Amino acid sequence: MGTLVEEIIGGRLGRTVTAGDTVVAPVDCAMAHDVTAPLAIEAFERMEMPLHDPEHVVLVFDHVMPAATVAAAELHQRVRRFAADHRVRNLFAEGICHIVMVEKGFARPGGIVVGADSHSTTYGALGCFSAGMGSTDVGVVLATGRTWFRVPETLRIELSGTLTAPLTAKDIALHVLGRIGADGADYLAVEWGGETVRAMSLDQRLTLANLSADMGGKAGLCEVDEVTLAAARPGEGTEVPRLRNPRYTEVLHIDVSALEPQVAVPPAADQVRGVTEMAGTRIDEVFIGSCTNGRLEDMEIVAAHLAGRQVHPQTRTVVVPASRRIYMEALRRGWIETIVEAGALVMNPGCGPCLGRQHGVVAAGERVVSTSNRNYPGRMGSPDAEIYLTSPAVAAASAVAGRIADPRRAH
Amino acid sequence: MGRAWKLGDGVSTDTIMPGRYNLTTDPEALARACLCEARPDFAVGVRPGDVLVAGRNFGCGSSREHAPLSIRASGVAAVVAASFSRIFARNAVNIGLPVIRCPEAAAAITDGDELSVDVERGLIHSGGRTFEGEAPSALALRIAQAGSLVELIRTQGWAAVEEMRA
Ligand code: SF4
Repeated sequence: MGTLVEEIIGGRLGRTVTAGDTVVAPVDCAMAHDVTAPLAIEAFERMEMPLHDPEHVVLVFDHVMPAATVAAAELHQRVRRFAADHRVRNLFAEGICHIVMVEKGFARPGGIVVGADSHSTTYGALGCFSAGMGSTDVGVVLATGRTWFRVPETLRIELSGTLTAPLTAKDIALHVLGRIGADGADYLAVEWGGETVRAMSLDQRLTLANLSADMGGKAGLCEVDEVTLAAARPGEGTEVPRLRNPRYTEVLHIDVSALEPQVAVPPAADQVRGVTEMAGTRIDEVFIGSCTNGRLEDMEIVAAHLAGRQVHPQTRTVVVPASRRIYMEALRRGWIETIVEAGALVMNPGCGPCLGRQHGVVAAGERVVSTSNRNYPGRMGSPDAEIYLTSPAVAAASAVAGRIADPRRAH
Repeated sequence: MGRAWKLGDGVSTDTIMPGRYNLTTDPEALARACLCEARPDFAVGVRPGDVLVAGRNFGCGSSREHAPLSIRASGVAAVVAASFSRIFARNAVNIGLPVIRCPEAAAAITDGDELSVDVERGLIHSGGRTFEGEAPSALALRIAQAGSLVELIRTQGWAAVEEMRA
């Protein structure tokens, strides 16, 4: 009997586990990035032990990359020194950690991954158990290769209906966030399933697992199928996890065909409205990117909207492909050219302005449409700026209109 | 005895420690920036033994450990809240910052109230009343006794956690 998390953790431990159990489990891969790695390294050093396994450590420079201040440069320096001292080869500066982890095959079906970043839930779309943790927990993993978990109960979200453009997984996730709230899945695993998920590309599923973190979820997961296996195979000795008569804490049924594009309004991601209600709100900046929506399909949607159009002269528009691979592919397909021609700024792969340190920091009184996942006051700069979270389709239409716009009316 | 610093619902780690200030691991520097935009009076006015009292989902959002570190470094005795976000609560326990979940105390206590906490039993005393919050889990107590997760695992290994199963 088991939900996906129970099957995954049980599979790795070689025994049956049930929600509520506290387990000490082996970790297949531990990730930290330029902001959280320094504290994780300090915790690791206090352990006074050798590094458990350098091959299972992934360090990514993405939050402030390239360094925008001396302080950031010094943090990067410290992480590089640690990597050199401990022979960690998996050091990347080519995109957002959560994208790199999937592209480079560090997250695999059936595996257990931890990341010193809350959106480490993202890889759960591949059918692994992956949770965000603090630096101390990750520091202890670096030394011991293990961590403790309380096996979470599961909230199953059963999606039905066909998702038609311009609707995307982002609209579904925002809708759920609005319904259950920012703590609606606290301590729970969020399992996304049903015919709509089965019909989704991996890019879309990754968005669902990503935003599970913003519902308070400890993990976000999708079942493994051909789409998953085309992108990632289980590691050695790991099996593909399958549901076996799962028992859920709650099952939420949602018919997505009735949805309209969604907008999360400040000050929190669970304040969700339909785009019809918000359309017309004047905006100063648009940010398209992040671990939620900086993937290839997102670039395609944006290029399609911007083709032959110009972004509004009063709306600076910043587009950040989430990884070098995505950037290169979007270049090859001519999408970057289209986006630049439309007057948008394209920045190097990474977190971009998502966390308010670079590439489009906002002033008091300004309004931003962002495809990221957080709109807390101060997230992108001044605490008196307003952040509206949307899908790439709504963001692109809004960039052209200079106001929040309904992409269904743009054509 | 300390004083209460009252905060609302959904205080995120971005509010506790804005991303523009956490490019350091120095606890003193973090303490100076703690809550700097939401409560600019906090970092300058906080005294050892004071208590943060907040509403629902305290510490939601980013997993940045800079947030609980900055609170610990500011000298507060504990954080009391109606509820905590998962990662924040775990981080706090790991570094030895006590957290007590107690919706009643979070609702009744107002800014500046005098109060004291009994962390091991999850009790909050204020204005002649005693509020019964959630007592820490066996594991949280174990970590608190060792001082931090690092100390617990360094000195006793994972056996310390494994033997607590069941
Ligand atoms: S893109 Fe934003 S939410 Fe994602 S990892 Fe980077 S800072 Fe965090």
